Amino acid sequence: MLSQQDMLEAERHGKQVRSIYVYEAPVRLWHWINALAMVVLAVTGYFIGKPLPTMPGEASDNFLMGYIRFAHFASAYIFAIGLLGRIYWAFVGNHHAKQIFKLPITNPQWWSEVFFELRWYLFLEKTPKKYVGHNPMAQLMMFFFFTVLAVGMVFTGFALYSEGTGLGSWQDSLFGWVIPALGGSMQVHNLHRLGMWIMMTFAMVHVYAAIREDIMSRQSLISTMISGWRMFKD
Amino acid sequence: MTETFYEVLRRQGITRRSFLKFCSLTATSLGLGSAAVPRIAHAMETKPRTPVIWLHGLECTCCTESFIRSSHPLTKDVVLSMLSLDYHDTLMAAAGHQAEAIIEEVKKKYKGNYIVAVEGNPPLNEDGMFCIQGGRPFIEKLKETCADAKAVISWGACASYGCVQAAKPNPTRATPVHKVITGKPIINVPGCPPIAEVMTGVVTYMLTFDRIPELDRQGRPKMFYGQRIHDKCYRRGHFDAGQFAEAWDDEGSRKGYCLYKMGCKGPTTYNACSSMRWNGGVSWPVQSGHGCIGCSEEGFWDKGSFYDRVTDIKAFGVEANADTIGQAAAGTVGAAIAAHAAVTALARARQKAGETEEQKGEK
Repeated sequence: MLSQQDMLEAERHGKQVRSIYVYEAPVRLWHWINALAMVVLAVTGYFIGKPLPTMPGEASDNFLMGYIRFAHFASAYIFAIGLLGRIYWAFVGNHHAKQIFKLPITNPQWWSEVFFELRWYLFLEKTPKKYVGHNPMAQLMMFFFFTVLAVGMVFTGFALYSEGTGLGSWQDSLFGWVIPALGGSMQVHNLHRLGMWIMMTFAMVHVYAAIREDIMSRQSLISTMISGWRMFKD
Repeated sequence: MTETFYEVLRRQGITRRSFLKFCSLTATSLGLGSAAVPRIAHAMETKPRTPVIWLHGLECTCCTESFIRSSHPLTKDVVLSMLSLDYHDTLMAAAGHQAEAIIEEVKKKYKGNYIVAVEGNPPLNEDGMFCIQGGRPFIEKLKETCADAKAVISWGACASYGCVQAAKPNPTRATPVHKVITGKPIINVPGCPPIAEVMTGVVTYMLTFDRIPELDRQGRPKMFYGQRIHDKCYRRGHFDAGQFAEAWDDEGSRKGYCLYKMGCKGPTTYNACSSMRWNGGVSWPVQSGHGCIGCSEEGFWDKGSFYDRVTDIKAFGVEANADTIGQAAAGTVGAAIAAHAAVTALARARQKAGETEEQKGEK
């Protein structure tokens, strides 16, 4: 849905508006760094739970698991700090930067557009609507499968990390409570892994939807996350 | 006034030299350093012995079996003699009414100044009828005995978490001690059984310093349950190197590689096995070639196979591990995406054809 402000702007410019600046530089930078961190996290995380075939030679000559874990922890810090930075930007950035953090659930118009989008994806609508930011359906998905899940992954992840840093570490003080709350270390490991699968599954949908909308709907998507400008094709 | 520990020891013919040796040993095993030795000695010379009532609920007595095998000869002898173990079903000579009378006597004489050590747990279903002692449910006895206690020690996985009798579906509703006893400091000493030296260590600490040891979030003494088996495992080097046993009889298994892939629960289990070991430091599960089963973790019977690393999650009537669920979800969504893309392409092609038709018609 074109937000109030954008609509006014569009009206002012009449039909000449072909593009709107949506994603500011920090959001774009975060998006790609975050995407890379997620790929590294998912791959290394998979191999932490199901390690690669055993290494030959002396233990002192190898450090494979150590490197995999290091890569996981390093990208986890990038992911977590990036998320914090992104939350900060939701406060200081433009109104599109707030989209993935809050849903206008009290707005019936928004809900009807969620269902419109659902019908569009089910081939029940002939022409898609134009949106400056995320379409309502995408916003809904993004909120639950990225924002909420990412926070969950950070909490469970740091809780598991605190098992290594030990009692009394800041990780333990901040996140250690998660382990007994979710029923023990094994349970948290399992949930963290399940979270990874859900996130990767959503990433597939996200990439597909972005490519599809880029082709099918009347606006740019992929180039928007690179340049920041949303181009309208008609 | 009862005797002090020191008086008891001297009466039993233990020399002052041996006594001081014990104090050093205790300080070391509790990780307190040499400065604590005179403090321990002083405490033992001046403090009266604290009576301990040891109760048994639903359990297998493995905690007692472990406790009496505490291998430090001095620790065993001294702890058992200095500990005024006034009531212990397995060890005491008294039986029947005389035995039960001891509890009443201790309660009256040492009100608010005795320790209750509980092995096993009370079952709550059917008004507690699944565990009857002295003609009445154990839960009643437990509550009454704990009412005037200074502190309560929950021995083993049973008392701390419920263990096997509380495993699903828990027909007797066996319940951990801290869920039925409130308002008392409770120390959980989980394990099935706990390590003997951990048990004597906890008792010694409490008797010596007259306070409970520092506990973690789950009420376990930090000094013994502060780290995972995995953190102190002697096979940890093989884990970091990526060297794993992949079958019980393979090369890696013979070479003593990490048992992670064989489902070792060391990385998710808090206990002192890898540093204190068992049977007087002779061995412990991983050293004997079998992974840890996580017996000191809450609900370890219900956490999936002992031999899987990624274990089953039981929720919403589904029993599968994260990878099975994840791969199924990713596969389904992947297929759905492919189908959706195909339909999209088809619809688009049809629409385009329609548009060209229209254009032709307009001409």
